[in-house]
Amino acid sequence: MFNIERWQEIFDAIGKNKLRTFLTGVSVASGIFILVLLLGVGQGMQNGIAKEFESDASNSIWVWTRTTSVEYKGLNPGREIIMTNQDYDFINRKNEKYLEYKSSRARDWGIVVSYKKESGSYGVEGIFPDFQMIENEEMISGRFINQNDIKERNKVVVIGNKVKKDLFKKDKDPIGELIRINDIPFMVVGVFHDKAGEREEDRVFVPSPIAQQIFSKGQGIDGLAYTLKPEKDFETAVRKSQEFVASMKGYLKEKHVISPEDKRAIGVNNSLKGAKRFYNLMFMIKTFFWWVGICTIIAGVVGVSNIMLIIVKERTKEIGIRKALGAQPGSIITMILQEAIFVTTIAGFTGLILGLTLLEFAGPMIQTNFIANPSVNFNVAITTVLILILAGALAGFFPAWRAVRIKPIVALRDE
Amino acid sequence: MIEIKDLHKSYQMGSNSLHVLKGINFSVKEGELVSIMGSSGSGKSTLLNILGMLDEADTGSYFLDGMPIKNLNEKIAAKYRNQFLGFIFQSFNLITYKNAIDNVALPLYYQGIKRKERIEKGMHYLSKVGLADWATHLPNELSGGQKQRVAIARALASEPKVLLADEPTGALDTKTSYEVMELIQGINDEGKTILIVTHEPDIADMTKRIVNLKDGVIIDDTIVKQVKAAAYV
Repeated sequence: MFNIERWQEIFDAIGKNKLRTFLTGVSVASGIFILVLLLGVGQGMQNGIAKEFESDASNSIWVWTRTTSVEYKGLNPGREIIMTNQDYDFINRKNEKYLEYKSSRARDWGIVVSYKKESGSYGVEGIFPDFQMIENEEMISGRFINQNDIKERNKVVVIGNKVKKDLFKKDKDPIGELIRINDIPFMVVGVFHDKAGEREEDRVFVPSPIAQQIFSKGQGIDGLAYTLKPEKDFETAVRKSQEFVASMKGYLKEKHVISPEDKRAIGVNNSLKGAKRFYNLMFMIKTFFWWVGICTIIAGVVGVSNIMLIIVKERTKEIGIRKALGAQPGSIITMILQEAIFVTTIAGFTGLILGLTLLEFAGPMIQTNFIANPSVNFNVAITTVLILILAGALAGFFPAWRAVRIKPIVALRDE
Repeated sequence: MIEIKDLHKSYQMGSNSLHVLKGINFSVKEGELVSIMGSSGSGKSTLLNILGMLDEADTGSYFLDGMPIKNLNEKIAAKYRNQFLGFIFQSFNLITYKNAIDNVALPLYYQGIKRKERIEKGMHYLSKVGLADWATHLPNELSGGQKQRVAIARALASEPKVLLADEPTGALDTKTSYEVMELIQGINDEGKTILIVTHEPDIADMTKRIVNLKDGVIIDDTIVKQVKAAAYV
């Protein structure tokens, strides 16, 4: 490997066969270039699709409380359990690593909401900004409740599309108008639409502290709503959500002195069905791109091997001459392979760098929903290049070995 | 220099066995210039291949400079070829991408000689065949006769004991053939042992001894009076 004389001989051959070297280099480099681009676009599509369908992944968990059903520690069954802001804060802090979005709910039904002469009775819900993501509420106009509203205890309200239709005239823009809830004026800041339809648009949202205040709930809350962070597969998602629910239930039961056997006092609804579909989709996409990647690598291996075969074939006569002049078989094989590996390595890494550079610069310019942040894992790319070089060397070895075993006389006749 | 006793060689052609050499007894002393003649199929090329260790005999013995040549593996054969033999081919067999001097110096690479010394030695032999000025030319820039001279210089470069020439003038016109033969005669006059396979009588007449092969046996082996090629040039 570090035989200077042999390297001189190899550079001699490379320098005097510029066309062959150039063509080999170009085909290897372009092969790897295309491979890198394919891998990058594949990753980009995976990212893009993941983003598009991420909302389906939301593994949302809803919690509410009812009266106890089991006598425990001297406390009678039928006792009403009410969660508080402290419970909400504590659960959030303790389970930070699981949670994506979180909100408490302080609500009441049949509340009179009026605008000028129009009025109706609706559900009024005190929530946090994250609630928009948990419920997937789509804003038709204006904005949702934000963190500032919570902090400043702004009397603002986001109304459902049905509420808007009921209270406002057809083309009247409700944003900025004052409506009355329990005769207290609130400013409308947004109108939302819910995919579930009018039944879910039949309510209005106000900042949580305001709802607690106007309904005289003190620190009490009626429910909790969460989504968990997406996981890499469904099984993990299920496991994580079970861990979270167990931790939360354990805390609430202890805090509110509820029997571990009480199945009624704390209700939990865990919606993993949508998540299951999402994870299946992601699994299929991943599998697909693995296949694309593997097939591309195979194509690359075939291409590089082909080039090697042709090079060795072309050099059969030279091999014969060298043998007649007294070259050892081993020295011929090493010479050919060393040259081939040298050229493919240089060309391979050139293609790799070109591909990565293009992805780096062109990647952010791609403006479509289904491709996001196309990139290639550097280790994967390096491994791919090494596989191709190795495959090329292997593919060069066998014909070289065969050519060396041909009798020099036969090789010399090869035209 | 060369001692051959009862050499047999046959090739398997499918189910038939083709007996090419049927007991060759033949010896060459140092400094001889021998031509091996015969029509195609007489076994002369096979004999040359065996002498050149490019092929191996079935039975019989072969001594080169007192050394038994048998049971060679690839590595040893390559080493012996490199040290003891110089080849001259009909189609020159120069490496097309190497210039004249690099072609001449190539056998020295396989002797493990350093580059600087290779070039020096190569230049010496290249000027010996009168092509010192053509050292940096590629083979395709040379005429047929020049190519064969480069090949001869290459065969000489490793300082072999025996030169083996397979139809060295087969691809050349008459005038160039005689020029090449003049060169070969000159090398022989300096004491090098040379074997030439040819089917051209005029070329054979320029050697010192003619061996006639027919159907795998030597039918005639006579010392002749050498015709000097210089007379025709």
